[in-house]
Amino acid sequence: MKSKLSKLSQNQAFWPVMIFLAIILFNTIMTGGEFLKITIVDGHFYGRIIDIFRNGGKLMILAAGMTMVLATGGTDISVGSVMAISGAIACSVIKGNLLPGLNGSVAMAIILAVCAGILCGLWNGFLVSKIKIQPIVATMILLVAGRGIAQLITNGKIITITSDAYYFINGGYILGLPFPLYIVIFLVGLLLIFVTKTAFGLFLESIGCNPLASKFAGIKVDIYLLAIYTISGAFASVAGLIESAGIKGADCNNAGLNIELDAILAVAIGGTNLMGGRFSIFSSVIGALIVQSITTTVLALGVPAAYIRVLKAVLIIVICLSQSSKFKLSLGKMLAGKRKEAAAV
Amino acid sequence: MKDLKKLRIKNVSLTMTIALFLVMFIFGSVRYEHFLSLSTFLNLFNDNAYLMIAGIGITFVLITGGIDISISSTIAFTGVFMAYCLQHGVPSYVVIPVALIIGIVVGAVQGSLIHYFKLQPFIVTLAGQFLMRGLCVVISEASIPITDPFFKFMAMGRIQIRLGDSKALNGRIYYYVLIFALVLAVALFVLKKTAFGRAVYAIGGSEQSAELMGLNVARTKIGAYIISSFCAALAGVVFSFYTLAGYGLQNMGMELDAISSAVIGGTLLTGGVGSVFGTAVGAMIQGIIQTIVTYENLNTWWTKVTIAGLLCFFIVVQRIIAVRAEALKGKAAAAA
Amino acid sequence: MSSQTKLLTMKGISKSFGKAVVALDDVQFELEAGEIHALLGENGAGKSTLIKVLTGVEERDKGEVELEGKKIYPKSTNEAQQVGISTVYQEVNLCPNLSVAENIYIGRAPRTKMGAIDWNAMAKNAQELLEKFDLKLDVNKSLDNYSVAVQQMVAIARASDIQAKVLILDEPTSSLSKVEVDKLFDIMKRLRSEGMGIIFVTHFLDQVYEVTDRITVLRNGHYVGTYKTSDLPRVELVSKMIGKDYAVLNQTLQKGQSDKEKTKTGDVFVSMKNVTHQGSINNMDLSIAKGEVLGLSGLLGSGRSETARVLFGIDQVTGGELEINGEKVHLSHPLDAIRKDLAFCPENRKTEGIIGDLSIRDNIALALQAKKGLFKKISKKEAQKIADEYIKKLEIKTPDADQLIKNLSGGNQQKVILARWLATEPELLMLDEPTRGIDIGTKAEIQKIVIDLAAEGMAVLFISSELDEELRCCRRIVVLKDMEKAGEVTGEDVNEAAVMHIMAGGND
Repeated sequence: MKSKLSKLSQNQAFWPVMIFLAIILFNTIMTGGEFLKITIVDGHFYGRIIDIFRNGGKLMILAAGMTMVLATGGTDISVGSVMAISGAIACSVIKGNLLPGLNGSVAMAIILAVCAGILCGLWNGFLVSKIKIQPIVATMILLVAGRGIAQLITNGKIITITSDAYYFINGGYILGLPFPLYIVIFLVGLLLIFVTKTAFGLFLESIGCNPLASKFAGIKVDIYLLAIYTISGAFASVAGLIESAGIKGADCNNAGLNIELDAILAVAIGGTNLMGGRFSIFSSVIGALIVQSITTTVLALGVPAAYIRVLKAVLIIVICLSQSSKFKLSLGKMLAGKRKEAAAV
Repeated sequence: MKDLKKLRIKNVSLTMTIALFLVMFIFGSVRYEHFLSLSTFLNLFNDNAYLMIAGIGITFVLITGGIDISISSTIAFTGVFMAYCLQHGVPSYVVIPVALIIGIVVGAVQGSLIHYFKLQPFIVTLAGQFLMRGLCVVISEASIPITDPFFKFMAMGRIQIRLGDSKALNGRIYYYVLIFALVLAVALFVLKKTAFGRAVYAIGGSEQSAELMGLNVARTKIGAYIISSFCAALAGVVFSFYTLAGYGLQNMGMELDAISSAVIGGTLLTGGVGSVFGTAVGAMIQGIIQTIVTYENLNTWWTKVTIAGLLCFFIVVQRIIAVRAEALKGKAAAAA
Repeated sequence: MSSQTKLLTMKGISKSFGKAVVALDDVQFELEAGEIHALLGENGAGKSTLIKVLTGVEERDKGEVELEGKKIYPKSTNEAQQVGISTVYQEVNLCPNLSVAENIYIGRAPRTKMGAIDWNAMAKNAQELLEKFDLKLDVNKSLDNYSVAVQQMVAIARASDIQAKVLILDEPTSSLSKVEVDKLFDIMKRLRSEGMGIIFVTHFLDQVYEVTDRITVLRNGHYVGTYKTSDLPRVELVSKMIGKDYAVLNQTLQKGQSDKEKTKTGDVFVSMKNVTHQGSINNMDLSIAKGEVLGLSGLLGSGRSETARVLFGIDQVTGGELEINGEKVHLSHPLDAIRKDLAFCPENRKTEGIIGDLSIRDNIALALQAKKGLFKKISKKEAQKIADEYIKKLEIKTPDADQLIKNLSGGNQQKVILARWLATEPELLMLDEPTRGIDIGTKAEIQKIVIDLAAEGMAVLFISSELDEELRCCRRIVVLKDMEKAGEVTGEDVNEAAVMHIMAGGND
């Protein structure tokens, strides 16, 4: 029994799940049980927990894509802008401002938005794998230009649309559960199957640890890099659709703003080393839930939203330090020194 | 061997950059009335002094082979911080030095985390970026106007330059542009003539070698990040002169502009090569794009998109030159 | 030796990495002023660790270092330089983007009265210094304009010019030609006469006898002894380094000779016809037959590794033809080569071989997985089976296949890489310095494995800078020089003298 437990705690997802449960417990106590309450109205589940899952949907999707990017030692800070582009395209098409020939077809709007996301991802991947630009710079180009492109698509205006079919992406329910949750399960599930049933996971870890040796072992590093940035871009476009369906329109200035930090934080909390190497998509998804629940909790405690960003920035550094072997070493030395001093006294 | 020298990245980029600047200026002059004038040229300095200062700072970090994406937040934060303090009656001669010291501290912390704990520069400065943006909003969500007399003086104070009677030969330079000139002069001196400056290049060439040659890598690397943040803080001060306000959402994504300035001016993102003079020219090219976009009456986002495109173009050109230089070197070695 | 004053003494030096690896155990070393002192030992003997301790790269666990009677404790190369210890490493440790003059003077550049760096004075000083070394360079050009050999000479010029009392030369000659080595020796002798103490690390025994006064031998992190060079016969030196007496040593060598006879040459598997890769190899003609161990010999930079890189699709053929099994091929990625049943253990195990943070199992399965493709995943069970098989077969010392490869010793890491390639069942195995940095026992094991594989019909390309090793394993050795094939020895002619003769280049 004991060995089983210790084996369980060795799993990368163990601590994220524990933290998530702790936050829920904390909230439950703070609200006197209110937090866990789930009510059923019209056959739909409502409640704080449900909200976390619904509102965290975007982040879970982004975190899944971001995990793989970070696992290769890269980063993708353009996800927020890709979300803005995707929302802008979808809403413009539905409104008929863009490609009026499609008669505002929601299906086509979604397909085009996702295609745009894939294109953005391919572009990032191309810059990183072929031109060999550092990922941070490559994706920063799209971070800045992407929002500009979104603005150009919407002509700098906020677009509002009326389409129940489109609203469903964020607000819909199936079997009582919010629709975004199904999108998460579908996309993350697909990705997990792909990573575990093929050698993709092994190759990514290998590339993240040592790209040169990976190439020498016969792995086509460039193609895999291209693939993961593309997946990240595609996932970001889906997240953009959820967000834009949520606000029932496209707001290019604010769509997905600053969400890249949340996504990176989610992956860090999930225990994936940001320097590249071993990764767990499932842990990152739990990490996303943690980030979402922290946001919800802190807001519920009446702390202004601005502080949350400060808190998240500090959290990232703390987690990175805890992963840094240099930091552990110097901390260990410091503690040993203190102990020696204490012993001397 | 001669071909090799011709292909030196520095020279190619800088010549290309200056040529590009001229072409754009001529383009503007031909296309628009009133464009060709001294004031258009001088306004490039007036409007972009803060970007040039910040760009010069980040060039130090880029030459070491690192990156700093926290500078726009540092600019915004110093702006909000100063506006808030001034609003509460703190005199300007206290506020400005404190703001600059904040810049130094931010750089020192980021540099130390990067050097001593071997954290990735992008993660550290990304966190720094969010931290300071967050702090901006913590101080004030709205834009705070600055009414301090010294700031007003700096905002208005200018030197009239008359080269002739024609309107096109008149222009003016604001006092704060002199700060940029001073920063540029100091940076040029430091990079070319001091041990610290040369160590910055050495680390960019090979950090391991620099260490083994007995250079103080820790001091140099952290120093570069300090300079970057200090210049950003100074740019924040200049930006407050320019706008007479502190606003937390100001200059979002300006890192890209600063990095683009450096890259367009010949700095290699892989480190080891770069010049602050080039960065200044790079910033002026962006200024001219901005001006043309204004003249064309286009959405201002076109500026961002164009600059991003230009950055891509220059990086690709650098790659091609690097690859060709490598091949040439191989040939030269084979011939030897 | 002019004055017999003790310049440097190191006593009771111990250093271990982690709990398991003891790099130095109670080692002593002594250097006199005006002496060239060879520091010798096999790979893993502790030479480089001792030097790292002396230059402040590593902190010692125990022991004392005295320079001119004063205890010193350098914590960085900078501190070591300040007390007068400067070092030249095997790999050039200069900055390629800086000018030649700057590389010599950075950190101690001449200043103008204003305190700024005086570039003119620096260039002038550099020119004068380099003239002493018979080097005529444009000192204002950046260093990457010059060849590795020139760069190495610049590094030596730099080190000797720093107010050094102790100059450490850590295998500086591996990239130098004979003429350049002679020049270096002249300089060393001159510095000696000026009273400098020089520590000379090398694996060329000829050079030891040519230039050094005394020899200190280390073995497995232990001090073996210090001897006067003129009093120590070569054979005895080798036996002290290897730790076996001469008779035993000779026996192992003999055994190697007979083992080699097991290999039989079959059909040609790979042939290079006039192959060129711009900047690394020129007009190479080479063929490797099944069941043969072909040695590839030559100095560093002669095109040894480069040939393997081209054969493995890392560098592309820019001229000439490559044939595998009589079929013309174009290899644009290592995967293409792997699919043609080629395998390659690269020279830099750490950067090009191991995937440090992955388990032994994953490291072994990696190339086979790449060969099979993304969608035909090797299950964990299969991978485990393969890993267990090779752990047993190659006697990899590890508790299980779950261990991270980075925690293994160099020799065992090398065996894992070997296992990675054997798992792909290659027809041609290319080994680039497979025994570098590996203890002597494992070295012999790997050599034996290579010969056995060939005896089973595999073609092997064996690259090593240790000629002994090639002589032991190969019945045919191709010698490269200046990126071209310089000659070939086979059968009876395979001996040290013949290879060296070609390497040195009889024509010029």
